[in-house]
Amino acid sequence: MNFALSDEQVLLRESARGALARFKTIEAAREALEDPAALPDLWPTTVQAGWPGLLIGEPSGGAGLGTFDALLVAEECGRVLAPVPLLGLLPATAILDQAGDESLPAVAVGELRPAYIPARPPGDLEPRWTVQPRSGMSRTAAPRATVVGGEVALEGTIAFVPDAPGAHLLVAIGVSEAGQPVAAAIAAAAPGVSIEPVMRYDASQPLGHVTFNGARGRRLDVGPEVLANAWYLAHALIAAESLGAAQTCLEVSVAYAKERFTFGRAIGSYQAIKHELTEVLRRLENARGLQYYAGLAGESAPGEFPLAASAARSAAGQALDFAARAMIDVHGGIGATWEHDAPLFFRRAQLSRRLLAGTHDATDRVADQTMSAAA
Amino acid sequence: MDLDDTPEQAAFRAQARAWLEANKEQAPARSGSNDDQDYVDARRVWQRRLAEAGLAGVTWPREVGGRGVGPIEQVTVNQEIARADVPGILDVIGIGMLGPCIIAHGSEEQKSTYLGPMLHGDEVWCQLFSEPGAGSDLAAVQTRARRHDDGTWTLNGQKVWTTNAHFASYGLLLARTDFDVPKHKGLTMFIVPMEATGVTVRGLRQISGEAEFNEVFFDDVVLGEDAVVGGIGNGWGTAMTVLMYERLTIGFGSESFGSPAELSRTLATDPTARADSDVRRRLGDVITELLAVRFNGYRALTALSKGQIPGPEAGLAKVTMVNAAILATDLGGDVVGPDALASDSQWSYLISFLPGLKSAGGTEQILRNTIGERVLGLPPEPRLDKGIPFSELRAKERPAVVR
Repeated sequence: MNFALSDEQVLLRESARGALARFKTIEAAREALEDPAALPDLWPTTVQAGWPGLLIGEPSGGAGLGTFDALLVAEECGRVLAPVPLLGLLPATAILDQAGDESLPAVAVGELRPAYIPARPPGDLEPRWTVQPRSGMSRTAAPRATVVGGEVALEGTIAFVPDAPGAHLLVAIGVSEAGQPVAAAIAAAAPGVSIEPVMRYDASQPLGHVTFNGARGRRLDVGPEVLANAWYLAHALIAAESLGAAQTCLEVSVAYAKERFTFGRAIGSYQAIKHELTEVLRRLENARGLQYYAGLAGESAPGEFPLAASAARSAAGQALDFAARAMIDVHGGIGATWEHDAPLFFRRAQLSRRLLAGTHDATDRVADQTMSAAA
Repeated sequence: MDLDDTPEQAAFRAQARAWLEANKEQAPARSGSNDDQDYVDARRVWQRRLAEAGLAGVTWPREVGGRGVGPIEQVTVNQEIARADVPGILDVIGIGMLGPCIIAHGSEEQKSTYLGPMLHGDEVWCQLFSEPGAGSDLAAVQTRARRHDDGTWTLNGQKVWTTNAHFASYGLLLARTDFDVPKHKGLTMFIVPMEATGVTVRGLRQISGEAEFNEVFFDDVVLGEDAVVGGIGNGWGTAMTVLMYERLTIGFGSESFGSPAELSRTLATDPTARADSDVRRRLGDVITELLAVRFNGYRALTALSKGQIPGPEAGLAKVTMVNAAILATDLGGDVVGPDALASDSQWSYLISFLPGLKSAGGTEQILRNTIGERVLGLPPEPRLDKGIPFSELRAKERPAVVR
């Protein structure tokens, strides 16, 4: 047993941190709330770091790395709220790689940026493939797919798709008349595709509402488990970003608790503050253990990946929520103003918990997996 | 990154598995009451067999009869024992925590006298640390050992929460030997024969009605010069070694969490519960916490196997474990209904047992203080007892309470 980062993984994490440190991403997250153009374009950095090809096999020009490595990069992006489009990019490349799609060499070197259009796999209480609705708790059916030879035509809308604006190639999932999930690679510029950019509360996470109106693309010949895995990979990635963001919340809060004095002593010496920050650490460490589990399962125990990724998201999503609120509490009034970075992490937490069916859906999926295995 | 055995570990596992397969018929039931003399005796015999097979004292050095291997092998043995559905060693406290302290601080004579019988289950040990007035603040112990001119000692005082005291042969006891120095400095560790004149053990009934713990009274108990472990006045450091091994024991155990099969089955087979959003939410949260404990356990074990010493962060696993167990038990019990409280129900046992576990091995509040200060580096709570001789401290506390 060796449940620790390898030297290569430590290096990967450090180089990601170094690459992102060249940008003032947290400041940009604040400015972009008023001026979306303030968000730095991190795509050249993403390409230079080789992240587009991270999960693509070496024969197709990728690095052939694993889930764990992808999660380490996502964690670093989350630490500084960097708008690197990993949520859209990596699940898309995972599907393309499994399909052996012709776009792979161009995707691997960053010439073609793909985006994953998420669809939620069926569970024990919801037998259909569904997608994020614009509003409300009801599930929306995944787009309708018509297969014509090697082509697929899609019809339907998916709301709040991470990283859709600016993508060149959409890796989307529809459901055929026979009820089977079908994947397609559709050019973003193809007729019948519309992407409406949206900013919701956290300017550092670009989103778009995607509508297919008879849009046609190449059929990607993969089984349903590959499409389900892409969903869970997106969950593991959002978990890793949340973990990184929560880590920053904790570091900033601890530093402040050591230097701020009330009644003649540092506030971190009071149990009320100390125990709240210890709770942030506890949740953070739990999320980290589950990130390791998701990484391990993604690479060598695929049967456990749905459970591992869902647990990781449930823990990390709740950890970030707690950490961002604690950061505001510990800083007092200033933490609730734009004078401080706390609101930016709080905004990230608020958006993350509602994207991709939401943190609570991942928690439910843990229950679903557990009961299905026990029944 | 992997959870796989190396070839050497696989061979070790195969050997343990083969022995357990061949011998499991002779094992007593996996669980029973430690109030039941026959059951305890059967567990002693089983511990002897495990020790002879090299499946007890796995991490103890070979010189003292142990197997001389590492934490991963200890966990392998735990896993194989669980797989064979047989009980493990009886004296977890002795072999896991007190024996290692004697190995670290004891004299050669103490090691040769006590470790062999401890390992083989002939002599079970108990930990005599906590007192009615000294739990979280362990250095406040008041049990007094007075030294005579001939080097012998007289012991007076009371200990509490003492697991296995009613059948233990020896206890490792923290006593105050000097009241005129600050409280951490005047302590000494002793080996106390539980059969000695003046030792009284009384069962302490818990919520369930069972008495798994004891209070132990010492009235003019005479101890020899050779009862001291680790030197006079060094009791605090010696006690810290025990607590370090306590964390290690928690670390060994935590990786086995993460699949509360009975809870999952209870819920999965109740169609209403299975579709209930509140039940699902609670189950999802509990399983997530338990999985986190398990995989953080693997991280901790990896660190241990690389020679790192377990630090206070191990306390986080305990906090998570206990609270998740409480949530899981509440959930299972809620689905079962009042029947969960029947005296022969396993839910009832856990419902009664878990509230006290929150304080075992350090209260949750104290663990959070320690983690906040030692892991996060937050400033300590101001203390009123630093540098003050213990006798003066006691004198100060009384008026403060009265006022």
